[in-house]
Amino acid sequence: MSTVLPVIQPGPNGQLRTDVDFDETLRAHGIKLRAATVDILQVNVGKLCNQACKHCHVDASPSRTEIMTRETADAVIDAVRRCRIPIVDITGGAPELNPSFRHLVQETRAAGARVIVRHNLTVMFEAGQEDLLEFFRDHAVEIASSLPYFLEERTDAQRGHGVFQKSLIALRRLNAAGYGKTGSGLTLDLVYNPVGAFLPPPQASIEADFKRELMSRHGIMFNHLYTITNMPIKRFLDYLRRSGNEERYMRKLVEAFNPATVDGLMCRNLVSVDWTGRLYDCDFNQMLELGVAPELPQTIAEFDPELFARRRIMTGSHCFGCTAGAGSSCGGAVVA
Amino acid sequence: MAYYEEDDLQRFSDIAKHRPDLFEKFMAWYQACQEEGALSRREKALIGLAVAHALQCPYCIDAFSQSCLEAGSNMEQMTEAIHMASAIRGGAALIHGLQAHHSVEKLSM
Repeated sequence: MSTVLPVIQPGPNGQLRTDVDFDETLRAHGIKLRAATVDILQVNVGKLCNQACKHCHVDASPSRTEIMTRETADAVIDAVRRCRIPIVDITGGAPELNPSFRHLVQETRAAGARVIVRHNLTVMFEAGQEDLLEFFRDHAVEIASSLPYFLEERTDAQRGHGVFQKSLIALRRLNAAGYGKTGSGLTLDLVYNPVGAFLPPPQASIEADFKRELMSRHGIMFNHLYTITNMPIKRFLDYLRRSGNEERYMRKLVEAFNPATVDGLMCRNLVSVDWTGRLYDCDFNQMLELGVAPELPQTIAEFDPELFARRRIMTGSHCFGCTAGAGSSCGGAVVA
Repeated sequence: MAYYEEDDLQRFSDIAKHRPDLFEKFMAWYQACQEEGALSRREKALIGLAVAHALQCPYCIDAFSQSCLEAGSNMEQMTEAIHMASAIRGGAALIHGLQAHHSVEKLSM
């Protein structure tokens, strides 16, 4: 409990403004935030999704029409080949609904990249996705799936009525195909987001809970569970405002700033590309339309790993979400 | 003026105004108690939630509800903790009934 508390005020245009500046906070700790390398290209292929989750920072839903074209997907593939990017992390929306999704997976796998797909489980039951599981398995796609809790009530409260039961069916199918089973070489990771305005629990302890409860209740296995902090952006920010939790949540993030997380922030080894081919330091900056530093190439067609490896990172008050407590990234907590 | 103000939880440190030395000692003790030890943070948060209900402190209930969620507890576990506190509190009241029995016995022929 701090004795000096920041004053938080809502800012314009869907962003938060606090009297505590993220860059100033870094400077106060003697930290310069720059990228270290580019190991991961995170490709957001668009906002179309079969779900409309309450915490979604993308504001994705079935009614969104912004999706990556084949031409842009080819520019991504070309960059992965040309720059030998080791990991491609495909997200959305539900990326599988993009007509160029399978082409993107096939070609980036053929280029030698590991491919992670942010798979929401329920898209498996959409028309045209009947062979999705076989496609994943045949291309050794690594799957990262959101499951905010091992109980139905909390999962459905965030992801929509009926999502938990559908997710269980999908997880059983994935297990039957070998996903999540030790020694199969097929990775199935789960992603935990808090169902509300609070920080995630310690990753190791909640992973142990998930493993025990999903196995004992439903016979389901997975490899790892990653905890991710909800970002005060778009739909989650709307929820914070509607529920009167905005100031308290932002204060929580600011007070929980942990300088030890900065070294492991995902912006230090990841570049994000949007459905139009524009480049960002992370998917959150992408949703705020905060592009990479202006002195850098702005599109995937011009991507140059040399220029991006030591780039300065563009920041905002939302960055406190990645540095709070144990930290948060697309690969889960940053520190133990 | 309401007797309880939600924002007062964030102004707890105002209590330091007249005796900061005592408040500092309290905070050091309070925070040390909540560190991971022989009991986990999750267990301590559930104890905090239970005690908060026994004391019926709205600030503590608010703070420890959040602590429980951030330690990974769910409503089923939190509700069991609240029932534990309530049951002990109820039992503590009920056993005083024997005091009444003793009084009545002493006063009766």
